[in-house]
Amino acid sequence: MTEDEFAAYQSLAQDTEDHRWAFGTGFTDPLEGIDASVPDGVDAAALATYCLMLGDDALIYSHRLQQWMTRLPELEEETAVANIALDLLGQARMLLARAGQAEGAGRQEDQLAFFREENEFRNVRLVEALDADFAELTGRLLVFSAWRLALFGRLATSRDPVLAAIAAKGVNELSYHRDYAAQWVVRLGDGTPLSHGKMRAALGTIWPLVDELFRADRVVAALPGIAADPQTLRAEVDAVLDTVLTAATLDRPDRLPMAAVGGQTGRDGVHTEAFGYILAELQSVARAHPDATW
Amino acid sequence: MVTVALQAARQIAAAVPDPELPMVTLADLGILRAVVAEGDQVVVTITPTYSGCPALREIAHDLRHRLTQAGFTDVVVRTELAPAWSSDWITPEGRSKLLAAGIAPPGPARRRQARPGPVPLTLTATRREPVPCPRCGSGDTTQTAAFSGTACKALFRCEACREPFEYVKEI
Repeated sequence: MTEDEFAAYQSLAQDTEDHRWAFGTGFTDPLEGIDASVPDGVDAAALATYCLMLGDDALIYSHRLQQWMTRLPELEEETAVANIALDLLGQARMLLARAGQAEGAGRQEDQLAFFREENEFRNVRLVEALDADFAELTGRLLVFSAWRLALFGRLATSRDPVLAAIAAKGVNELSYHRDYAAQWVVRLGDGTPLSHGKMRAALGTIWPLVDELFRADRVVAALPGIAADPQTLRAEVDAVLDTVLTAATLDRPDRLPMAAVGGQTGRDGVHTEAFGYILAELQSVARAHPDATW
Repeated sequence: MVTVALQAARQIAAAVPDPELPMVTLADLGILRAVVAEGDQVVVTITPTYSGCPALREIAHDLRHRLTQAGFTDVVVRTELAPAWSSDWITPEGRSKLLAAGIAPPGPARRRQARPGPVPLTLTATRREPVPCPRCGSGDTTQTAAFSGTACKALFRCEACREPFEYVKEI
C-alpha cells in the first residue's frame, strides 16, 4: 500500500483505540451541502410524503434484491443485481433525506428507514414479495424499472430542484437496470419451453400489482409541477413492456388487478403480508440497538 | 484567503486518488467540481458518479484529511447532484491512465437525462462502437456482464488475446 492509500485508509478508521473497523458507519447526510429549502408555494408536507413514496419504493425493493445475494445462478448476475440494489439504495437515501428536509421535524434518513411502522411506509405493493425464482426477479425488475424510468424522466424537470436532480441522476442508472431486465426476459421468454413457462408464470404472479403503479393519488394532485401524475405514465410504460414481451414471445398476462383494501393500497400504507417480514428484517438490528454504530 | 493558498488547496484536492480506481485522481474523473474560498474556509464541491456510490464518503474523508494535513484548518466538503455526472467528464489524462491500468475508458455518453418523454429501449447487446481491448488493442471483444465490481464498470472479454477486462460504462 502506498503512503497515499494508507492515509485514505487511516482517515476512515474509527477514532478509537481499537482500529478493527476499517470504515466508520456514522453515515453522512447524502444531501450534505445541497440547498434544503422548499420552493415557494409548495405544500411541504405533501412533498415530504411524495419523497417518502419514491424513497420507500427504492428502499424496500433494494432490500429484496439484496436478499438474492449468494443465490443467483452466475457471478455476473450476482454483480449486476448487487449494483442495481446499490443504485436503488443510493436513490432511497437521497429521497428519504429530502423527505426529512421537507417535513422539517429533524428526522433523517435512518430514522425514516428504521423507526417507522408498517402503515407509515408508502411503497407500492409490487416491491414487497420475495421472488420465487430468477424469472420472477427479472420480470419484476423489468416492470419496476420501466415504470420508475418513465416516472424519473418526468421528475427530472420537477419544480423542486432537489427532486429534479435526484431524478435526473436516477434516469441514467434506471436505463441500465431496465435494459438488463429486458434482456433476461427476452432470453428466458424466447428460450426453451421450460424457461418460457417459468417466465410466463412469473409475469402472471407480478401482473396483478401493475395497475397500482398508475393509480391517481391525492398527494400527487397537491403537488402540481413538482410530482408526476402516475396516470400519464401508462402509455409510455405499456409501449416498453409490449416491445419486450413481443420479442420474448410472451403475451401480456390477463389478470385482474390486486384489490385495494377499503380503497387503499401501498401508497396509503396498506401492504401485503410479505411486507411485515421484510420490514422486520430490515429494521431489527437498528431497533434492537438504537444508539449503535457498526 | 490568499490566491496562492487557494491554488495549493486546489492542487491537493485535484490530486486525491479515487478509492475504487486509485490510478486516477478526482480531477481525472471529473468528480471534483470546485475548490473555492469562503472567508477562511476552503469549500470543496464533489459529485457522485452513481447515486449509491459508497466511495463518495471516503473521498470526502480523504479530502478533509489531506487538506487539514496541509494546514487548512477549516475544510467543508459539499455534494452537488445537478447536472448529473457523466463519463464524458473523465479527462483525456484520466482516460490514458485507465487504459494503462488495463481498464477500457468509456466512449461518448448517450445524452438522455433530464428529457421528459419516452426513453428508447435497446434489446440487443450489440454496440455501435466496439470497445478495444486495453491489452492488445483488438476490437474483437464481447461484453460478458453489464455490471462489474463497481456500479460504474462493465465486464468484457477480448476474443483475440482471451483476457477479461473491465470497462468504464458510458453514462
